[in-house]
Amino acid sequence: MTTATATPAKKAAKKTRRLDAQMIPTIAAVVIFILMIIMGQALFGTYLRLGFISSLFIDHAYLIILAVAMTLPILTGGIDLSVGAIVAITAVIGIKLANAGVPAVLVMVIMLLIGAVFGALAATLIEEFNMQPFIATLSTMFLARGIASIISTDSLTFPDNNNFDVISDEIKIIDNPKISNDLSFNLGVVIAIVVLIGGYILLHHTRTGRTIYAIGGSRSSAELMGLPVRRAQFTIYITSATLAALASIVYIANIGSAKNTVGVGWELDAVASVVIGGTIITGGFGYVLGSALGALVRSIIDPLTADFGVPAEWTTIVVGLMILIFVVLQRVVTAVGDKK
Amino acid sequence: MTDKTPIVVMKGITIEFPGVKALDGVDLTLYPGEVHALMGENGAGKSTMIKALTGVYKIDAGSIVVDGKPQQFNGTLDAQNAGIATVYQEVNLCTNLSVGENVMLGHEKRGPFGIDWRKTHEAAKKYLKQMGLEHIDPHTPLSSISIAMQQLVAIARAMVINAKVLILDEPTSSLDANEVKDLFAIMRKVRDSGVAILFVSHFLDQIYEITDRLTILRNGKFIKEVMTKDTPRDELIGMMIGKSAEELSQIGAKKARREITPGEKPIVDVKGLGKKGTINPTDLDIYAGEVVGFAGLLGSGRTELGRLLYGADKPDSGTYELNGKQVSINDPYTALKNKIAYSTENRRDEGIIGDLTVRQNILIALQATRGMFKPIPKKEADEIVDKYMKEMNVRPADPDRPIKNLSGGNQQKVLIGRWLATHPELLILDEPTRGIDIGAKAEIQQVVLDLASKGMGVVFISSEMEEVVRLSDDIEVLKDRHKIAEIENDDTVSQSTIVETIANTNVNN
Repeated sequence: MTTATATPAKKAAKKTRRLDAQMIPTIAAVVIFILMIIMGQALFGTYLRLGFISSLFIDHAYLIILAVAMTLPILTGGIDLSVGAIVAITAVIGIKLANAGVPAVLVMVIMLLIGAVFGALAATLIEEFNMQPFIATLSTMFLARGIASIISTDSLTFPDNNNFDVISDEIKIIDNPKISNDLSFNLGVVIAIVVLIGGYILLHHTRTGRTIYAIGGSRSSAELMGLPVRRAQFTIYITSATLAALASIVYIANIGSAKNTVGVGWELDAVASVVIGGTIITGGFGYVLGSALGALVRSIIDPLTADFGVPAEWTTIVVGLMILIFVVLQRVVTAVGDKK
Repeated sequence: MTDKTPIVVMKGITIEFPGVKALDGVDLTLYPGEVHALMGENGAGKSTMIKALTGVYKIDAGSIVVDGKPQQFNGTLDAQNAGIATVYQEVNLCTNLSVGENVMLGHEKRGPFGIDWRKTHEAAKKYLKQMGLEHIDPHTPLSSISIAMQQLVAIARAMVINAKVLILDEPTSSLDANEVKDLFAIMRKVRDSGVAILFVSHFLDQIYEITDRLTILRNGKFIKEVMTKDTPRDELIGMMIGKSAEELSQIGAKKARREITPGEKPIVDVKGLGKKGTINPTDLDIYAGEVVGFAGLLGSGRTELGRLLYGADKPDSGTYELNGKQVSINDPYTALKNKIAYSTENRRDEGIIGDLTVRQNILIALQATRGMFKPIPKKEADEIVDKYMKEMNVRPADPDRPIKNLSGGNQQKVLIGRWLATHPELLILDEPTRGIDIGAKAEIQQVVLDLASKGMGVVFISSEMEEVVRLSDDIEVLKDRHKIAEIENDDTVSQSTIVETIANTNVNN
């Protein structure tokens, strides 16, 4: 300790480097999001319009919710493939119930409960029957999708005057004479933001959240440290499936209709958002804020590629390339981390 | 110390796995403020005993009383709640989290808004300070500090849960001398605060330096509990390997020593061969027709030296001469090409390929040396398989049976056959007789002698000193990763010679 003067400086250096290493992918997501907005604005002049930003959030609130939900299993090194199918089954059942005259609040509660049941089923398969999360949620995915198809293969629409409108009704903050410059939001956006904040609190300010990170670091270590691993796993899969039901509520409130095929591939959009947001697919590192940003990046790719005149069929290739870039970036970050 | 009330009393602990009794009525008593070592060779049941105490395994019979209360552990959490903390050999912390997070994981300080990180880190700092780690910022990622420090962090974690019993399972196996000194200083501090420490180590010097009391296990059975200071080393080793000191000196009937003619060149002549943290630089020569035994306790470096000779691990110092020619053996392929073969001590994981047949298991190494695009003609392959199955007396004599269905002894014979098929000049056999029945053991020992008499150089590694003494021409004695002696084996040499050599030589790590 003779070098007491040098120590604080060294410590500070270490601290910033640590921040950098773990947050680089998330920061990169922020940077890329901003760059995309700037590029869109510069080339097409519409991306900074308040109307554009409003609809970006309103139209994709459901994806933000799904991305936050997907962050939990991925942080442990797991995955939840069932979310898209849970959106479908809860949407179909929800609209059917609404048409049968069940009050909206009760419909929503039932939808959330159905989500929770599928989550509990997946968690049971994982923990009690020792299944891989991939396989367990793959089977609940097929189950949920199958039940949705049995219930109805028609395109279902809400009856008039249903109270789901409460969620989708837009509230104007800035009422501009030019409609494209209105700044507005709806309850769906508020729900997405609340979910985001809730996810942050869960992960960073509860012991369950710390257990989730610990499982991602090493499940066997977490178990040997006496952490409640099983309980955390149930929390994770029930939460992510319930949030999928919540995303379904927000989505069908916005669209006003649904079919048994709604949400096909959404689980992969959610995974893409999480990965773009900087969470490492093998678990242990990542932030919900990154996932929400990843969802926005994912959402903005569609209008951007369209404005560039890229055929819609090409959009998925752009998404694929972006995921590739992020995974490479993560590899570099981990490699640098390992060298220390 | 015996007038104190014990903190842990384990009585008649029995744990059975399918087909084996891993523990058979073992007793263990821990007192507050003492360091207690669990002693025994590989497979004696030490780690099973620890897992019984930490709640990883459920006990089939016996009782565990902690602090006067009978306990039924249904998991590690139960054991922790009873005040038992464990630091494992491969540190079980989460490298993706910070030092402070690891120390406090599951015990974070909470305020009105969930976890209060400022208070949590302050608490972590306090516990780290107790371990003499005040210079580590709790925000530092765990992955950026050394294994030795991670181990101290793990002990700091044990202090958080207010442990009454601290179990250290081979904490020193990857530490250097200074790190061991630091660890021992902390251990003494923790012990003096009234915690009972259960310590497992294969390093005898460390056992005598730090422990107060020993419990000796052998083959899953309780042998004896003794005070460290009243137990001479040779007596301790005798209890661990199951021979009394007198018995040790009575075993005779050795083979006649092969005399080296003056001017004869050795097959292998290595100088200063070593690998940091595994085995210190060692000189060694092996002549054709000679059996060289490696004797030493587990962790002495006997296996590690064998692996270096074969290139299974890459040496980082020394020179390697083969039949007078300088070579560098850095991988098994090169070793095989140079007619060196190594049969592993880890038969199940590194030896057999369970789902392949006996025939495929025999041919695989020979095929590898030829290259994958030059298949062995069927007729030749049949001859080779037939020859070595007969030579090794593999039973049942069915080459198309999956090797996993054979007994341990016959699997071992197939493995030796596999290496013989590559026509080695030097054959390294690591624990070829471990865990196999007496009959197969005798057959394998005879094979070793036959091979040597045909001119092959054989390195014979075994934890059973008796067989090393009986079979070897020269015995290399290893201790704490050093070669401490080379004994020319003649009628005056017995098992107790080796035991005394190990007990009386101090190694400066």
